[in-house]
Amino acid sequence: MGTLLAAQSHQAAGASGVFSLTWLLVALPMLGAAVLLLGGRRTDRFGHLLGAALPGAAFVVGVIEFIALLGRDGSDRALSQHLFSWVPAGGFQVDVGLLVDPLSMCFVLLITGVGTLIHVYSIGYMEHDPDRRRFFGYLNLFVAAMLLLVLADSYLTLYVGWEGVGLASYLLIGFWSYNPAYAAAAKKAFVANRVGDFGLSVAIMIMFAQLGTVSFQGVFAGAGHLSEGVATAMGLMLLLGACGKSAQFPLQSWLGDAMAGPTPVSALIHAATMVTAGVYLVVRSAPIFELAPNAQLVVVIVGAVTLIFGAIVGCAKDDIKKALAASTMSQIGYMMLAAGLGPVGYVFAIFHLLTHGFFKAGLFLGAGSVMHGMNDQVDMRRFGGLATVMKVTWITFGLGWLAIIGFPGLSGFWSKDKIIEAAFVGDGWRPWVFGLAALIGAGVTAFYMTRVFLLTFHGKRRWSEDVHPHESPLVMTVPLMILAVGSAFLGLLLGPTGALKTWLEPVTGVPGDESTALPLWSLTVLTVVLVVAGAGLAWSMYLREEVPVTAPRGSWLTRAARVDLYQDALNESLLMRPGQYLTRSLVYADNRGIDGAVNGLAALIGGTSGRFRRLQTGFVRSYALSMFGGAALVVGAMLLVRL
Amino acid sequence: MSFPWLTVIAAVPLAGAVAVALLPSGRSLLAKQVALGVSLVPLVLTVVMSLKFDSGSAAAFQFTENHDWIPQFGVSYALGVDGIGLVLIALTTVLTPVCLLASWRDAEEGRRSAKAYFALMLLLEAAMIGVFAATDVFLFYVLFEAMLIPMYFIIGAYGGAQRSYAAVKFLLYSLFGGLLMLAAVIGLFVVSKGGDHAFLLQNLVGTHFSPSTERLLFLGFFAAFAIKAPLWPLHTWLPDAAAEAPPGGAVLLVGVMDKVGTFGMIRLCLPLFPDASKWAAPVVITLAVIGILYGALLAIAQTDLKRLIAYTSISHFGFITLGIFAMTTQAQSGSTLYMVNHGFSTAALFLIAGFLISRRGSRAIDDFGGVQRVAPMLAGTFLVAGLSSLALPGLSSFVSEFLVLVGTFTRYEVAAVVATAGIILASLYILLMYQRTMTGEPTEETSKLTDLTPREAWVVAPLLAVIIALGFYPKPVLDVINPAVARTMHQVGQHDPAPSAEGVGK
Repeated sequence: MGTLLAAQSHQAAGASGVFSLTWLLVALPMLGAAVLLLGGRRTDRFGHLLGAALPGAAFVVGVIEFIALLGRDGSDRALSQHLFSWVPAGGFQVDVGLLVDPLSMCFVLLITGVGTLIHVYSIGYMEHDPDRRRFFGYLNLFVAAMLLLVLADSYLTLYVGWEGVGLASYLLIGFWSYNPAYAAAAKKAFVANRVGDFGLSVAIMIMFAQLGTVSFQGVFAGAGHLSEGVATAMGLMLLLGACGKSAQFPLQSWLGDAMAGPTPVSALIHAATMVTAGVYLVVRSAPIFELAPNAQLVVVIVGAVTLIFGAIVGCAKDDIKKALAASTMSQIGYMMLAAGLGPVGYVFAIFHLLTHGFFKAGLFLGAGSVMHGMNDQVDMRRFGGLATVMKVTWITFGLGWLAIIGFPGLSGFWSKDKIIEAAFVGDGWRPWVFGLAALIGAGVTAFYMTRVFLLTFHGKRRWSEDVHPHESPLVMTVPLMILAVGSAFLGLLLGPTGALKTWLEPVTGVPGDESTALPLWSLTVLTVVLVVAGAGLAWSMYLREEVPVTAPRGSWLTRAARVDLYQDALNESLLMRPGQYLTRSLVYADNRGIDGAVNGLAALIGGTSGRFRRLQTGFVRSYALSMFGGAALVVGAMLLVRL
Repeated sequence: MSFPWLTVIAAVPLAGAVAVALLPSGRSLLAKQVALGVSLVPLVLTVVMSLKFDSGSAAAFQFTENHDWIPQFGVSYALGVDGIGLVLIALTTVLTPVCLLASWRDAEEGRRSAKAYFALMLLLEAAMIGVFAATDVFLFYVLFEAMLIPMYFIIGAYGGAQRSYAAVKFLLYSLFGGLLMLAAVIGLFVVSKGGDHAFLLQNLVGTHFSPSTERLLFLGFFAAFAIKAPLWPLHTWLPDAAAEAPPGGAVLLVGVMDKVGTFGMIRLCLPLFPDASKWAAPVVITLAVIGILYGALLAIAQTDLKRLIAYTSISHFGFITLGIFAMTTQAQSGSTLYMVNHGFSTAALFLIAGFLISRRGSRAIDDFGGVQRVAPMLAGTFLVAGLSSLALPGLSSFVSEFLVLVGTFTRYEVAAVVATAGIILASLYILLMYQRTMTGEPTEETSKLTDLTPREAWVVAPLLAVIIALGFYPKPVLDVINPAVARTMHQVGQHDPAPSAEGVGK
């Protein structure tokens, strides 16, 4: 823990040389967004090319900086670039600055690298959409915001990127918002994220109230002064933010609906990058979580619950994108679980995040390729036998499938197994509960991903009459191939070589040698056995047996999983309906109660004056009478006082 | 003697109003052009004045003018601005020409002529600039009441179907508040030292009152400002007035005139009655937090576009009042910045909604739908305005809202956390409104709607430009505001709580 605090509160060197280009990482895609969104129809002709070129340029900058970082000493790889003074208000001074360090560099390369591939793919995927330029404008906006999120050197600047990616996500989920369901899905995503943002806001407020600063460096340097209770509160609030962004239990309900967006969006935002921002936040805030073991425990619980939740839901979905979305949720659950384990897990959380970024982006783009050839159908019961007509898609998707289920040697095998091992570290009840959850999750993952793969590419052709599936053009398949290569070998490159562990050590600290509750070899064997069992079960159910075109009724668990374990029904009955009731009754109360009181008062005054008005009869005799009465009163009063 | 900047900035629209009113009837186009031209003069003058403003100055007020007005009662014609007054005058002079341009066609349906509408708008501008510049309490009161007259006519003569009801309600509410303030002004005169320039702000600050007197006087002023701002539960006039007023009038009403309420709290309540302000703070903060949530919840359930926007403003005024009475540097700087930002984002919302309403001929949200498909620019600008209202980081309102929250949190944790829930509700009321009006397939009626005209685009563009610019770089405004806030804090005798973790900064 001590090393960890020291690592991140260490004063970062000022950016010079190639590192003075850091601002370009954010500015380049931002420029693209500005040109494409403000330029309007004039930029239609070249919009997609510009939109794909600028993230590519950012990738080049990222690679140059990465190489430069490699050339520096391990302890000297944090460089900050101060941009401008943003919010000066008394003791609250927030400057916008960017921080390049090993952790943010991982994300820069992932976001710009995978991002550029997805942009290129979109040129083909969105070719016939009249609003393709606007689509690229939003995608560029996303990339800029996401880079700001991971490069920010303070929590408030991070928050700008944090909500910026939320906005891009909103705009892209609702890209076809003329479909009312898609518009509703977009809003749902934003609002669920805002619930999380509430947590992040409060966490930042606690930081300022306690430590007088919100910069990473300042907060981590002062973290040692925090009481455990305050650190726990801060950690839990950060976790709430992470749950919203990363679709973790209990804020997971928006991710399935978010599949309304065009498929490249699902690949980039809702699989590879944005949804993993919560994991980044937890790992980045490690110095706070290290002080709050209870908050860490909650992180682990959230991760474990979500990984099982997503895996169960994934087994029952017939919509290929929703099945993949459930899988994303589950895989991020793994990362979250690892991030909650402390230094023993941080590296593997990021490791799995990187490999997952590759294989899940590849799987989604593969699904997009299938949809492209199948008239935008998503029902896997209507697929089958596509392997022969879409060879490239089949092979690349196949590699992604083997990677995610943890086929020995491929990426997922290295990264996920490490998380399972880390979950078994420790003593008492925890390794058994969390380790077993991670272990079982691996088996279920193998089942549902094999199911997706077989339903789509193998077995009988169950196509509807009017589809003529065909392979996608090169502009789409080349990104698929590159991602497939990454899915296969990235794990081998980073894991067993220890490269990533050494690289991240300055940020995530050095874990002590801790023993697992079961011997390591037995965990590997157990995992492989469960994966084989899961895949075999899927094989027997979906390849050996006939797959009906309409889904059978299924067991109660299947039915529950189809409706996402009743999450929407629960939200509706607990939040939406009472909320509607509340707002409507408040409108009634406002009109009848508060405003009614005002109007009633006005009416009372009006009525009283009306009564007084009748005294003004216009008859001289009555005025004379009242004058006489008044005079008599005055005289009487004077006499009384005298006496 | 130095150039009387403030008098000139206020006098130009006043003279312009008279000139426009005197134009021969039937020349309504000329009247509009003259009015728009005149309204640009104070804008230019304000820009020049802002450049000459010295934010490092030790003086409480700059560009001061001071003349005897009614020496028998110690009343003077005294003007001057600090950073807070300056940015609010700038808000007024920017929004007025924008509103005039936006109202180009709105006045034609009214019972009175278009030229009277434009003259009234200029008159209103003059009165509002005067209020923000007044450094004499009596002068402040007179101008505070004078603002009501043009606004009453703008609502009553050019408003929607319920305009008479709304105008009278607005006037009675305001007059009631004004009456309480008048009583407090007289009371202030009675208990103050008296003599020459007795009503001058700098002569009144530091006056010692007995606690009960101070509280009574505070309440008199505060009630007027709380009605104007408006603070829950004194808000019910606003939805009616804002919904019935023509869009340009609604902007000046909600975007600028209501700011006089919160401005008055900062300018008069806190410096003159520091102990009473601290005494009242817990109650005011409670009401403000209720207002934040209440306004937001009511906005969610509204079926009328303009009423919805009016209720969002009630929520935002809750934030502003919360920040003022939290009495920390961050919260008060945030509140002042919020006044400016809210002016621009509400202006954008009201004006674009006005464009929508004039196209469709209805304010009912259910009468819209699918507008994005037929009028993408209109929809896009509306969304940006809405995102500013929900305080998206990167747009101006975020900085101010977050400053208010973080500044409140350092002293009143619970209030700040409850108020933060407002950001969730804000995303609901804005995005629900956008979803209902803009998304989906166009209906038979909405498919005929046209996109923004060039004139309308010119109205919207400067507003959105300011919203984005101040979102990323609010420093110039904060630099002007901060010294004034520090002075207020000093007058109230409050200090920012130190970071509370043990041993930090030692």
